[in-house]
Amino acid sequence: MTNFDQSDRSLDCAYRTQGLTKIYGEGAAAVHALRGVDLEIPAGEIVVLLGPSGSGKSTLLNIIGGLDRGTEGTVWFRDQELSAISDADLTRYRRDNVGFVFQFYNLMPSLTARENVELVTEIAEGSMESGEALELVGLHERTDHFPAQLSGGEQQRVAIARAVAKRPKVLFCDEPTGALDSTTGRTVLKVLKDVNETLGSTVLIVTHAAATAGMAHRVIHFADGDIREIEENETRLDPEEIEW
Amino acid sequence: MSGDATVSPLDRKLLRDLWRIKGQAAAIGAVIAVGVLLLVMMTGLVTSLDETRQAYYERYRLADVFAPVTRAPDSVIDELAALPGVAAAEGRVAGYALVDLEGVDLPIQARVVSLPDFEAPRLNDVFLTGGRSLDPANPDEILLLKGFADARDIRPGESLDVTIRGAQRAFRVVGLVQAPEFLYVTAPGELAPDDARYAVIWMSRATAGAAYDMEGAFNEALISLARDASEPAVLEAVDRVVEPYGGLGAYGLEDHLSDRYVSEEINGLRGTSTIVPPLFLAVAAFLLYIVVSRMVQAEREQIGLMKAFGYTNLEVGAHYFKLILFIAIGGAIVGCLAGIAAGRGMVVLYLQYYKFPFLLFELRPSSFILGFLVSVCAASAGGLLVLRGVFALTPAVAMRPPAPADYSRTGRVGQAIARLLDQPSRMVMRRVTRQPLRMGGAVLGIAAGMALAAAMTSVMSGFGRTMDLNFNVIDRSDLTVSFTDPKSDKTILELQRIPGVIEVEPVRNVSVVLRNGLMTHRGAVGGRVMNPRLNRAVTRDLEGIEMRKEGVILANSLADKLEIAPGEVLTVEVREGRQPVLHLPVIGTTESLLGSPAYMEIDALNRALREPNRVSGASLRIDSARSDAIYRELKDMPAVAAVSLKEDARASLQELMDSGAGAMRYVMAGIAFIITFGIVYNSARIAQAERERDLASLRVLGFSKGEAAFVLLGELAVVMFVALPVGALLGYALSFGIAAGFSSDLYQIPATFGRADFGTAVLAVLGASIASGWLVKRDVDRLELVSALKTRE
Ligand SMILES: Nc1ncnc2c1ncn2[C@@H]1O[C@H](COP(=O)(O)OP(=O)(O)O)[C@@H](O)[C@H]1O
Ligand SMILES: [Mg+2]
Repeated sequence: MTNFDQSDRSLDCAYRTQGLTKIYGEGAAAVHALRGVDLEIPAGEIVVLLGPSGSGKSTLLNIIGGLDRGTEGTVWFRDQELSAISDADLTRYRRDNVGFVFQFYNLMPSLTARENVELVTEIAEGSMESGEALELVGLHERTDHFPAQLSGGEQQRVAIARAVAKRPKVLFCDEPTGALDSTTGRTVLKVLKDVNETLGSTVLIVTHAAATAGMAHRVIHFADGDIREIEENETRLDPEEIEW
Repeated sequence: MSGDATVSPLDRKLLRDLWRIKGQAAAIGAVIAVGVLLLVMMTGLVTSLDETRQAYYERYRLADVFAPVTRAPDSVIDELAALPGVAAAEGRVAGYALVDLEGVDLPIQARVVSLPDFEAPRLNDVFLTGGRSLDPANPDEILLLKGFADARDIRPGESLDVTIRGAQRAFRVVGLVQAPEFLYVTAPGELAPDDARYAVIWMSRATAGAAYDMEGAFNEALISLARDASEPAVLEAVDRVVEPYGGLGAYGLEDHLSDRYVSEEINGLRGTSTIVPPLFLAVAAFLLYIVVSRMVQAEREQIGLMKAFGYTNLEVGAHYFKLILFIAIGGAIVGCLAGIAAGRGMVVLYLQYYKFPFLLFELRPSSFILGFLVSVCAASAGGLLVLRGVFALTPAVAMRPPAPADYSRTGRVGQAIARLLDQPSRMVMRRVTRQPLRMGGAVLGIAAGMALAAAMTSVMSGFGRTMDLNFNVIDRSDLTVSFTDPKSDKTILELQRIPGVIEVEPVRNVSVVLRNGLMTHRGAVGGRVMNPRLNRAVTRDLEGIEMRKEGVILANSLADKLEIAPGEVLTVEVREGRQPVLHLPVIGTTESLLGSPAYMEIDALNRALREPNRVSGASLRIDSARSDAIYRELKDMPAVAAVSLKEDARASLQELMDSGAGAMRYVMAGIAFIITFGIVYNSARIAQAERERDLASLRVLGFSKGEAAFVLLGELAVVMFVALPVGALLGYALSFGIAAGFSSDLYQIPATFGRADFGTAVLAVLGASIASGWLVKRDVDRLELVSALKTRE
């Protein structure tokens, strides 16, 4: 699908940040990972956050994903100010709204594929069946295998199934293809696109691979802890067409 | 949701985790089980002994107060019964006798007590176990203590030769009995019971009266107290009433020998049960903490992930807490069941020494609940520390790629040494110096295990030392003779004239109550010759102490009890003859591990009593080839009330120490070794789990299995060699505490820490290390490279 209709997307804002700063450490050893980021992410889009390694992408994603807190500045998820709520509310926020996919899959080694998915469906309301989620990523045949018995691409697909099973409003993916070869990577991206389309989830992909940007509605170029440029794609590539 | 809906994925992870660490879980569970076992067994025994004793005493109306007198007319009993606070009073005739058995060389000591002629005794009734009760019409009938009858195979209907006041007479045994005042029976002057060497005989009041010249009179009053009566007040009143009749000092049940022994045992058990099981549970808590905290460390990314998905701190914490509870509760269940079995076994052992007519191992539900609570609490204490770590982890760690451990801060010393080593050795060195806290934990754990083992072995040799000190150093005689009453010292010459007697040392033992302010002790003062050779007082360095005329020498334990030091004046209330009250200076203390003796030079003692040249007995050294003839001579001497062989006394004491609370030391030493193994094994397993990936990487790089294992085992070896001296020091300290726990009023166990004990403990640790190392090495050899590298654990 190369064409899309602007009106298909709701234009209300999923995330808004103002002057978001993150400083690791103190004094001379302090690292300014984010330097006052002002950003708006519309709901329902696929947004790619592009930038060199060490530029602060993961830091930004962790903060708006509710895994970490900024040093200064505000973060809004819809009408909720994430930077002001308690840890318990932040946990609720993650539990109810957010799915994560990581570069190194991070599956529980002692749980099977199905059980890894159930780990999430158990605590989230309105989630799909674990089988359905695995079907979504094309893995319905290997549900009883342990992570050690799966290839990297398969593990990442389980991770995606685990993330989308709760029908999250937002899906955060940090270098989801970073550890995969290009063919497997394309499969994974395809799954992410399907999720965006079928579930209407906002998908935020962090990557340093510029090619991925082709499939996004919106590309945020990031460098040295701040936004350099925001680019809206007129035409989007299908994951099949991405080269890297 | 699909799959088995009843078991949540986290619980399935829990079960798989448990299975993965099953060895460690079993080891820790076993330590908990042992702690709970001891707790359940000991508290159960305390309850059983205590309640059975209570019931037995009540059922057979045991007196609360005993008042020995020289000779009081029966009418005095009514006076005693009328005293305020006295519920009932009864007079009886009691005395000593000798039993002559066919084929037994030495005369056997016996105690005779009377029973009322025509009515059931108001106090101190007996429990008939066989035969029938006395027929007052027949003066030849007696009842015999069941323990003695069984040991000598005497049955109702048989006759028994008894010598009372020099006159031998044949009695007919018509029944066998047990009695609450003879729960624990020892020959006078001995600590350990020997059923075969001491008899108790009951006869009718008329018969006993005739035999002891006590017609119309009694020489022991039994008194029971009214509810709310004050015992000290009654004792005082009774003493006043019987004074004109040669009152020898009334005393309460708690000073009655049999009851004192039972109380000692119960208190000992109670004390041990509050010290030892907590020690085991603390070790278990420590192990659990180590294992689970390492697990949390290894699973930090998984924890971050769960939190990222929206699991709360509590939910994640509960997951790890469940693992801890699972092990704790498993251990507690096994411990409770084993505790019941062990308790039942112990009861049988106890019945050998404490002659209860029945003794059921009874457990209050509170013992179980206590066992469970204590083990769960101990485990939770370890777990709570771990949970702190779980709470502190931020979900962001899940997002980060695994960071290699930072080895840059290895320290100068480490680097200097590292330059001299090859690569695998460097890895070992760096790890040891890089994580001093973790290594410290492992060192401490192993040292604690070794300390426990060392302290227990040291206490075992302490028992040996007690026996050795008493029977080889202090008492160097072969046998001790006691006379029916204080005799002229000419009797000593008679003993010396017996062919085969090598050496005779006179002794004058006097019953006394020692007082220093509020502290009192009922016992005896032993009069000894100036330079005793056979029965000595010794210094800490085991040198003989010379007696001096000016005052008394007290055993250390006795001086402690009376809170008196050399130079101070002791009040000595004599309970014999004219019963003078003496004020004597304490002139020294002596090392004694058995009983609480007090000594004085014999002539000085006799002078103080104003009974010159009297002896109450003698210690003898004899030619063992002629012992039979000597025994025969002694048996025929009318002055001789009792003869006891040192070898017999030693054997019965050894047997006592090898059973009951004393035997516990073997069990505990065994357990200490098991725990040591558990700790060492755990440390090895943890190190292995932490290094699995490193080891796999080494193997991938082309290192051999042996070289890879070296990295792991080298680390263990370093930890172990640091742990040995630390464990030795800890063990030294711990042995004092444990020795004090095993010591009682009756015997002291010294804390010794000999080279052999230290060596045994070192061997135990080395053995455990080698076994653990082998188990771990086996796993390293089997390591599946691919999966070890793939799973990020
Ligand atoms: N926990 C941390 N402590 C200190 N510095 C950190 C931490 N996490 C990230 N950084 C630093 O912050 C900067 C941004 O990191 P990150 O957001 O991971 O970059 P990116 O994901 O774009 O590669 C880097 O310089 C990194 O070294
Ligand atoms: Mg990153």
